Amino acid sequence: MKTTPNNIAPAIEVTHFRKVYGSGHTEIVAIRDATLSIARGEIVGMFGPSGSGKSTILTGMALINPPTSGQIAIGGTPVLDGPHALVDLRAFRRQHLGFVFQKANLIPFLTALENVQIALEVNDRSPREARHRAMELLESLGIAARAKNLPVALSGGEQQRVAVARALANDPSLVLADEPTASLDSELGRQVMELFGQIAHERDAGVLVVTHDQRTLDIFDRILDVEDGMIHSRAGHEPLIETRTTSA
Amino acid sequence: MNLAVRDIRHNAGRFAFTSVGIGLLLMIVMGMGGIYRGLIYDATLLVDRVGADLWIVQGNTRGPFAEVSRISATLEDRVRAVPGVANARRFVSHTIQRTHSGRPLRMVVQGLSWPDDRGDWIPIVAGRALRQAHYEMIADESLKLPLGSHIGLGKNTYEVVGLTRGLVGSGGDGLAFFTVTDAMAIQFDQPGEAVRLERAARRARVEAMDLGRLQPLLLDRAEGLSTGIPAFAEPQVSAVLVTLRPGAAEATVRRTLSTWPDITVYSTQEQKDLLLAGPVDKARRQLGLFRVLLIIISTIVIALIIYTLTLDKIRDIALLKLIGGRNAVIVGLILQQALLMGLVGYGMAWWMGLYIFPYFPRRVLIDPSDLVSLAIIVVAISILASFLGIWKAMSVEPNTVLSA
Repeated sequence: MKTTPNNIAPAIEVTHFRKVYGSGHTEIVAIRDATLSIARGEIVGMFGPSGSGKSTILTGMALINPPTSGQIAIGGTPVLDGPHALVDLRAFRRQHLGFVFQKANLIPFLTALENVQIALEVNDRSPREARHRAMELLESLGIAARAKNLPVALSGGEQQRVAVARALANDPSLVLADEPTASLDSELGRQVMELFGQIAHERDAGVLVVTHDQRTLDIFDRILDVEDGMIHSRAGHEPLIETRTTSA
Repeated sequence: MNLAVRDIRHNAGRFAFTSVGIGLLLMIVMGMGGIYRGLIYDATLLVDRVGADLWIVQGNTRGPFAEVSRISATLEDRVRAVPGVANARRFVSHTIQRTHSGRPLRMVVQGLSWPDDRGDWIPIVAGRALRQAHYEMIADESLKLPLGSHIGLGKNTYEVVGLTRGLVGSGGDGLAFFTVTDAMAIQFDQPGEAVRLERAARRARVEAMDLGRLQPLLLDRAEGLSTGIPAFAEPQVSAVLVTLRPGAAEATVRRTLSTWPDITVYSTQEQKDLLLAGPVDKARRQLGLFRVLLIIISTIVIALIIYTLTLDKIRDIALLKLIGGRNAVIVGLILQQALLMGLVGYGMAWWMGLYIFPYFPRRVLIDPSDLVSLAIIVVAISILASFLGIWKAMSVEPNTVLSA
């Protein structure tokens, strides 16, 4: 059954997120106690050195790496209580979340159009409807002319745009991006970041971008720094919604 | 959107190459079944075609195919006197190997009971049946003896007057039909020196006897032709074939013949059963086991190929899981590829077999029921083989995409 997020509710609310790997002597606390919220229409940048816990919190929010304790609600719907799923996570992901990665991760045997279409078809859209919607998205991102090309024939920027189109296919309330500009030159990286800004502001989606790229700070409504499993709001980038971190 | 077909289209060369490999493997499985069928067909061909109602062989033997049978040629006349018997024919069958035109030539020599049997029942594709009592033969094409050609066997030369196609013995050697007399001459041919030594030995034995010394004419007889010595029996034959009168009860004739202690009687079906339970049975079981092994090997090969193909796509599968793709989509991708690979391989096996099997030295008979059975087996092993790939796909975590 398709769940309908509350439009007034934040895109995502993470409360007392704690993630521990291993146990006993080998226990590693990746995230101590993180609480954050991203509103719809807001684009948030998450910065931090390698091993700081960025990926852990991102995969937790992506519902593929549940927390050891803490809660996650998406669009007002509680989805995780600690490691326990409160909804069908895979169904929830396909209906409400969009993902963009450092590499475009396009399926190599599908054309650009089909790569977008597949995200719609797995969400029960008819092939005809999915094809039409996928073409609309490619047009809106300026790569409709490359719709019939396989990923191998696309430039890095074009591949990333197709990945963005795929992420947006099901009108997600939350888009999670992991280093989306890492493999692009600065000009293309800037274009892609601006695209995320448009997604947040024009499509009313919450967007979280994990990045190292300090040149695009101006794109973000808010910036979070992750260090040693702790999340801090960066000074000068005040939170639209209260963000709190506490030590374990 | 059919992901399996799109993936195959993208990797068409690899898929085709793999399918050819699987096809060759399945062609061997198919061929094994065909060889088994051919073995049965060849083994029972002569028994079926010769058109006898009863086979009379040496007592307490399972001859003439399953073991050696030797009975007197005069048995033919005794059998003709039995009520219900329309005809009795001598049957001689033995395999010889000679050298002809510099190559080894193996043939099954069959004796036709001239003049009653001239070979009119034999399916001749070129030439004619026998027209004279000696020095003519009907040969199978597999012997590669052209019509009108001559071949020396023993002390005589025989002309090929008729050709058959696909008439071979249970060992796969081509049949050659002669009159019984010629067949026996070929079978019992001895070098001249051996004949001379035998005659000398006979004379010596007679000379050592009082009768020989008193009757000098006996000495002349002893070193003459063996056929001129009444005490010597005619050479023996392998069997006597009986044709019953229309309406005659087989059971009645058998009951009469069963009182003769020197013979054993078999019906045509019993003769076929003896063949299939005897010489053919071990070959059949061997082929069957080999076939089972090949099917197991095919399953393992397909499983490993599908597993490797799944590993190649593991990031794509993780991505499908991440974007919310149902397990059915992923299972469908792997299962459809396994089935397509199996069925394309099966099709290639059938197609390649059409062109390759005729070159096999033994008959390969592909029965439609075997084709259907193998198709079902291929579907089953394809499904079975996909389990390893499906297990791998199901165990991959969606965050594999993020961590890569």
